[in-house]
Amino acid sequence: MSLEALHRTPLFEQHRALGAKMVPFAGWEMPIQYSGIVAEHRAVRGAAGLFDLSHMGEFYFSGAGAGAALDRLVSSDIAGLEVGQARYGLLCNERGTIVDDVIVYRIAPQHYMMVVNASNIAKDAAHVRAHLSPDVRFADGSMATALIAIQGPKAADILGRLAPAVRDLPSFGITRTEIAGVGATVARTGYTGEDGFEIFLPNADAARVWGALLETGRPDGILPVGLGARDTLRLESRFSLYGNEIDETTDPIEAGLTWTCKLDKDFLGREAIARAKDAGPRRRIAGLVVDGGVARHGHPVTHDGAEVGRVTSGTFGPTVGKNIALAYVPADLAKVGTRVGVRIRERDVPATVVKTPFYRRPDR
Amino acid sequence: MTVPQDLRYSKEHEWVRLDGDTATIGITHFAQEQLGDVVFVELPEKGATVRQFASLGVVESVKAASDIYSPVSGEVVERNVKVIEKPELVNSAPYGDGWLLRVRLADKGELQKLLSPEDYRSHIGETPGSGGD
Repeated sequence: MSLEALHRTPLFEQHRALGAKMVPFAGWEMPIQYSGIVAEHRAVRGAAGLFDLSHMGEFYFSGAGAGAALDRLVSSDIAGLEVGQARYGLLCNERGTIVDDVIVYRIAPQHYMMVVNASNIAKDAAHVRAHLSPDVRFADGSMATALIAIQGPKAADILGRLAPAVRDLPSFGITRTEIAGVGATVARTGYTGEDGFEIFLPNADAARVWGALLETGRPDGILPVGLGARDTLRLESRFSLYGNEIDETTDPIEAGLTWTCKLDKDFLGREAIARAKDAGPRRRIAGLVVDGGVARHGHPVTHDGAEVGRVTSGTFGPTVGKNIALAYVPADLAKVGTRVGVRIRERDVPATVVKTPFYRRPDR
Repeated sequence: MTVPQDLRYSKEHEWVRLDGDTATIGITHFAQEQLGDVVFVELPEKGATVRQFASLGVVESVKAASDIYSPVSGEVVERNVKVIEKPELVNSAPYGDGWLLRVRLADKGELQKLLSPEDYRSHIGETPGSGGD
């Protein structure tokens, strides 16, 4: 992809001024790091981090049938959402494999927002349109909507100074409020394993809120955080990444996402997923600690010298202080304590299946 | 000092410090900055042979693995055990405690194929006299 074709978020100039290293990601020119991945990772675990996630997609659904339509599209219990609540779930196809993982927010009785992965915006929009009834209005607001996340144990303090209402927002709650004189939609959601918020606002207001949060959070040690630390943070917390742990060749059962599937309701892919559950998965996602090398996406997993699986994500986990990975392995090898190998540069490096998440925040 | 005067450099961003017929090898400040946080270092054992401009090992940052190319040929007389235990030394002291290998030089003439500090500076796009970072 040529650089000319890349989109820039409304915070591009801010990233440049902060000295960010910019990389192409899902068609966007995004900051991968500012001060360094480990320092940024530690800021989020110990204080707070600020993320520009404006590349992500925001879909809006409205109309009398919106709730019912989303309940058929998404694997989790969308019909049960109250106004002001959000829920994680999956878009699946008839084969019961995963089109995307999303969060659905009910922002008014007949008004919903769905946040989707940047790399899947066009695909998801087509998928959604193909399955919506005419009484539901659908709009792709991705290009007009900025998304700023503030994550970490100090996030509620910092954002709360600018927008006191967010302090009382429950986990997976969403509300309208004002931040630095700007109207915004704030949700208590995130992808780091820490407490935190995601702030949705028009592109034109993004720079003002970004600047206000960095300024307000400075005494607390807030740092801008790039995609590099976003990945190490989510991996320690064992959150799936689309394109790594999940895609259209994986089903929710083997991906460890059975909990997102309400199998006693009707939704796209339900029959196939129910069958996969009854049959039991042949392979499963396992958490690995690798001793003597860093496992990476695509590395083979071995057992007694034979290739048995593949690493989906791997890195050094700065908080757990170990080389960690997620991998698909045969179901009988997914048991905690199983010794396997990860083939790194033609050598089988010892690894052990461990309980996940690798990291759980202390107050949980 | 991001490009010390007393060292020779390779285009692949390794440095060499000469002491008699022993060469100490590491990666440059510029290289560690490009790599980001180093979390794993894989080095050949004492007694192994390295060849000029061939891979001698791997440095892994949080994001990716990078080959390290030996700036000289010779026999490994010591590898830095401290940097294997604390890979972040490559970032914090690339010319000091973050060194990687000591090699007994096979051919001093190879040093002619390396860059002077001035040439390395222009190789990484640093203009003379621009000083540290």
